[in-house]
Formats: sequence, C-alpha cells, structure tokens
Amino acid sequence: MSAGIVEEGKTVSATSYGIGNPVFIVGSATGKDGIHGATFASGDLHEDSAEDLPSVQVGDPFTEKLLLEASLEVIKTGAVIGMQDMGAAGIICSTSEMSAKGKHGMNIYLDKVPTRQKNMHSWEILLSESQERMLIVVKKGREKEVLTVFDKWDLNCVQIGEVTSGTQLKFYMNEEMIANVPADSLVLGGGAPIYEREYSVPAYYHENKRFNIDSVEEPEDLRQVATFLLSHPNIASKKWVSTQYDSMVGTVNMSTNSPSDAAIVNVRGTEKAIALTVDCNSRYVYADPEIGCSIAVAESARNIVCSGGEPSAITNCLNFGNPYNKEVYWQFVQAIKGMGKACRKFQTPVTGGNVSFYNQSSDEGPVFPTPTIGILGILDDKRNRMTLDFKYAGDYIFMIGESKNDINSSEYLYSFHNVKKSPAPFFDLDVEHKIQSVIKHLIKKDLIESAHDVSDGGLYVTLAESAMPKNLGFSIETDFDVRADAFLFGEAQSRVVVSVHPDKMDNFVDFLAAADVEFSNLGMVTEGEILIDEESFGTISEAKELFENALPKMMM
Amino acid sequence: MKIGVVVFPGSNCDEDMVHVLRNVLRLQVVKLWHKDHDLQGCDFIILPGGFSYGDYLRSGAIARFSPIMQEVISFANQGGFVFGVCNGFQILCESGLLPGVLTNNDNHQFICKNTFIRADNNDSMLTATIDPDKVLKIPIAHGEGKFYADEKTLAEMKANGQIIFRYCDEEGNITAEANPNGTTDNIAGICNAGKNVFGMMPHPERAAEGVLGNTDGKIIFESLFGLVTSQQR
Repeated sequence: MSAGIVEEGKTVSATSYGIGNPVFIVGSATGKDGIHGATFASGDLHEDSAEDLPSVQVGDPFTEKLLLEASLEVIKTGAVIGMQDMGAAGIICSTSEMSAKGKHGMNIYLDKVPTRQKNMHSWEILLSESQERMLIVVKKGREKEVLTVFDKWDLNCVQIGEVTSGTQLKFYMNEEMIANVPADSLVLGGGAPIYEREYSVPAYYHENKRFNIDSVEEPEDLRQVATFLLSHPNIASKKWVSTQYDSMVGTVNMSTNSPSDAAIVNVRGTEKAIALTVDCNSRYVYADPEIGCSIAVAESARNIVCSGGEPSAITNCLNFGNPYNKEVYWQFVQAIKGMGKACRKFQTPVTGGNVSFYNQSSDEGPVFPTPTIGILGILDDKRNRMTLDFKYAGDYIFMIGESKNDINSSEYLYSFHNVKKSPAPFFDLDVEHKIQSVIKHLIKKDLIESAHDVSDGGLYVTLAESAMPKNLGFSIETDFDVRADAFLFGEAQSRVVVSVHPDKMDNFVDFLAAADVEFSNLGMVTEGEILIDEESFGTISEAKELFENALPKMMM
Repeated sequence: MKIGVVVFPGSNCDEDMVHVLRNVLRLQVVKLWHKDHDLQGCDFIILPGGFSYGDYLRSGAIARFSPIMQEVISFANQGGFVFGVCNGFQILCESGLLPGVLTNNDNHQFICKNTFIRADNNDSMLTATIDPDKVLKIPIAHGEGKFYADEKTLAEMKANGQIIFRYCDEEGNITAEANPNGTTDNIAGICNAGKNVFGMMPHPERAAEGVLGNTDGKIIFESLFGLVTSQQR
C-alpha cells in the first residue's frame, strides 16, 4: 500500500479533453518487456512459466524516482490537463481510460513512441507494459514548460498524438491507421464486459463447522506451546525483512522509536498524523471467507484505534485462485460480502484496490484466499498517539473484551496440533465496534499507558510483544471458566490488552464499569519475569531471543 | 552562514536534510543542483543520502564526475567545509576527499535500523562538543557502509584523530556485536587530515526532532554548526 499527502486543489486527474491538446508520453522508452504482463499474471503458474519471462516487466527504481520528481514538478506548472501512469496493457489502457473519463477521442502516432528495440510491431508498442512511463495531456501552447521539466530530469518527453472530438481512439503507424476503437469499450463501467460466474460451497466449509474443541487434548506443558509460537515464522518478528527496506526516509515515521499497532506518520506543520496498517489472516478467510474478511477489516480498524487514530478509509488487494473454479469464486463472493459488512459498520469506504486471480499452481492448487486490507486512519491530535509497549513494572494489565473457550483457526490449533479443519475464530461485529469505541475513549481520557490488540498467537504473544520493547515482563492469572490453552493461545477476536498506571486505576475502572463491555484484570507488568498462575515461563530476554532470531535462523 | 545541500537526481535524503537545517536548526540553506557549477557562495556544503545516479555501479562512483562535484572538490581543497552523510560519505570517498572506501555490508543486505555510536575524540568540529562517553542513537540505512582502508592509511588516520565515530552497543561498549555491517574497527564516521571534510554513514538528520522520538542527531549538528559559526565571527 502506498499513501501520500496531497494539497486540496493541487491534484491532477487521469483525464483527457480539449480538442487539439497535445498528448505526450514521458519517462522510459517502450520495450518488448511486459507485453501481456497482465495476461501472464492472470494465468496459472506451471513448469513452463519461466519461458514467459519477457512478460515480466523490468523495473528501474532510479528512473522511477526521476519520473516521480518530474511528474510532481510538471503538475506545478499548471500546464497539465490530465496524467496517468502506464499500468497493465500500457498505452492502450491509459489512452482508453483517460479519453473515456474526459469524453473525448485521441489520435495516437505509435511510430513517435520512443522504443528500446528497433522494428517493434504496432501491437507491441500498444500493449508493452514497460515501467516508468506516463501519459500526459497538456494545454496547447504550453508544451515548452512541460518539455523543460523533463529535460531537467533527463527523461523522454515526446508528443505522440492529440485530443480529438468524438469518442474514438485512432492509432496510426507510419501514417497507416492500424486501430480505430471506441475509448469506452475497454473501460470498466463503460463497454467492458461484466461476467457472472457460477459458484458453489466447498465441502470443506461444512467439515470445518464440525470441529469441537474437546477433540483436542490440552498439552501438559504450555511453556512448550509458548516457545513454539514465539518462534513460529508466522508469528516471530519480521525484522529480518523490514530492516532491508528504508523505513525512515522522509523523517515522518513516528513509530521508529515508539511502536504502535499501526504505523504513525507525522503530517508536518499540522497537529495531525496519519495511521496506516495492512492486515489479513488468510487462514481465517479460508476457514470462513465471509467472517474471515470481516475480521481482516475489523482487525485493521482495531490497529488504527489502538494507535489513537480514527479509521478513515480502506483499500484492498484481493488475491484468489482461478475464478473459473466454482469453489474459489465462492470464496471471492463471500469475502466481498464480509468486507462490505465490516466497512459499513466502521464507515470506512473502499477507495480503490486491486484484484489478482489465478494465484495457483498446477500441483498445489489455489492459494488461501487473501483479501488483504490496507487501512488509513487520522489522528486529529498527534499527542493522542498510543503505543503498544508496557511502560513500567507495577502497572496493571487489563483485557478489554472477553476470553473465550475458542481455539478455532488459531496458529496454535493449525500448527501445534496440526488440525487444519476448524471454523473462523469467534467474531461479532457489534461487540468489535463497542470495544473499539471504548479504546478510543480510554486513549482520549488518558487512562491507559499502552494498547495492543490480541491477534496471531493469542493473548500470550500479545503480552510478550507489549513487554519486549522495554524489556519488561508480566505476571497474569488465567480464568477458571476457560481452558488455559484457549485463554493463552486462542485467537477469538475483539480483545485488546491495555496497561494502566496504579494512580489511574480508579478512574479507569469507573469508566469501564459504566461502559457496556466485558473487561478483566489480568495481572501486572513485572521487571522482566514471565509468570502465569505463578508458574515461570522464563524471562522476557529469553522470549525476545526466540521471537527475534527465529526468522534470521531460518534464512541463514 | 549559508549551507548548500547538493541534490543529485537520485538523492532522497536531501529534503530531510534541508528540513532539519532550516526548520529545526533555523539555518540558511540552499539546494545545489548536480548539473550546476555554482556553489552560490555557500560557506558549508552537505552531500545528503540517497542513490546519486542510481548507484548501479559502486555507490558514488559516477557522482564524483558530476559538474557540481568539481566545484565541491576544489572548495574542499581550499579548506572549505564539506559534510557527507551515507551516500554523501560514499561520494566523498570516491572523490578522494576522504580516505578509504565503503564496500558492501558483510551480510550483503541493505540495512535500515537504529544503531548506537560514540564520538572517538573531540578533535574534529563534528564531535568537538560531544562527550566521548555519551552514547548516541542514530539510524543507518545503507547497503554499502563497511569502511575499508589499507593498514598504512588506517594507522595515519588513527594517529591524526581522523576516526570520529564508532559503532557501540547501548551501553557504549565497542564490540563486534554492535558492528552492524562489518566495518573496520567499528568505524561509522571519519574526517580528512585537514579536518574540514567529514563523512558518516548514520543519518543524524533522521534523529533531530522530538516528534520522531529521538533528538541525538541534533547534538551532532550543534557541535558542527556551533563551531563553524563561532569561527566565522
């Protein structure tokens, strides 16, 4: 997910209008790479896929950076009518979408397009998905300002056509017209076809529902489970990956030195900050696509709320198998329903997104349905930012939400017990909404020191993650009404762990007593020891060692 | 005092550097475009982090030939102050303004994380007012940050007090574990024999604002510019 900050009134649309206005292609030259790139990405992967390598676009981050700088600069000139990057299907896509939006036509002379190879065919130039290119429609008479900017950044900037009346796109190669198509016919909501696919409920879905927690024996030594989960690659620290990317350039990342459930980005010159996170547990979505996708939205919103933000809008990246497979398509249909329900509840519109089908191989079948949710939240006052780390030994630890006798689709059940068939974990949209509202108030009223939601790995992992940043520990007691393994490692939703300073305890409890949510006192923050029902689970440094070194060890 | 921040097409820390100098330290700053030959009368030149010309070759190997660098090199050779951070440090080594070279990190990965450093001495302006016992938390973000120089050069540098920052652990111990990239003797920053050209891999401009939860970088800028300003008076 990519997020930025724009100034109102200073944005540019992907549109095209004004008869006679010149159309420019800017950036890299057009090559044979990436022809049918989107087609490649939309087919099953098989043994011969390596032969399709020319379909893969070759990216050049340096040229991309030049293009970004130049694009921002050219917008400032005020000479631009519309601008769109070249994505899937290259020139044909950008010309169609911009023209359809602006309700005009275009004449495009493909022989003017700068190419990397000689003798490229007209259809190759039309379909190439070479990266780092933009199509720009410029106000006639102001071409020079545009050329100057791209010359400064040493990028191609070539007029390849002009805007025409009507709605036809006419493509010419060496003065010969090679295509004449209505702009609208390739555009979603215009003439592009809409498919109604068949779908059917897979057998596994009903089998999942027959799971009963009593069929799983509770391990005698839960410390083994704790060790297993902290070092499981799905749960362990992902620092091995994240440190290979620059997380601080731009000097607005407020989370570098103070972690939160969502990343907090400073908006300079204002009181505001934005909160960002990405979420999807595809195991839950596979178990129950509707509930699983609702959970993905709910958890991402919960992460924003636990960081002191107000969820604002989502985007998504929907990764599924072959949609001609009726069961895969059922997963897709159900996931969209679940996403819609949750988005309406949290009032987070879906501002855009991307769908990727055919994510499957001939031997292993489709991937787990993975509707990844990217969410953006706003902090009106950045001083309300909440962090996830315990602050002081002696602070009380509370759980907002209710412990459940539920290990459904948990990493614990799936990986430790190797039980693959179970429903999605407990989830209730109304309860979730209430919990999030309570957390917002606790933060605004300055009643808590930390907030961290319970997710992958359950309560135990949540507590360990809150304790690790400041090398503190925790001492908690389990609940007689809930199995100890479910209490510690179950992944029932709508739970948040908070820590409370003793001085604020009375106000905290008074506030919660008046709020209509379940909550419980789990125990206290310690100097570094981990105690559960007075039994030692080791120290936080041991836990940290497991958590932080699991991935590096595997990658060696 | 007027500071010039050089902008190469692939610079990506130029804005951050300008922001800290202008809005945090309230200094006068101008940007210097790589295609120009004009240092605009600046008293101090900074080469920021980034990927100068893409750095698909060795980092900084092309940047040293850019028009603006010809001016920076003669400015430095006349005693002018030049400070390079990260890619800027790499460019200064490639230009011959600083000894040694920066090579691939030991793990052959790009590394972005907080590191801890200590001033090695108080002999340079960059560290003159920094207590050598004080541990500074300053982040790194580089793929080629392993400093190397031959033994003779290294011995000269040590004798001249040209090693100015070394990586340490949170408690200030200079250990192998605290060395993030395999750099010789935990070297994080150096200066030239004339002590007017400085380079460091960690990014002080990324640690200079309270809102980011770390202001240790400000201590470095204050040492540097406090002294430059007083020398001018």
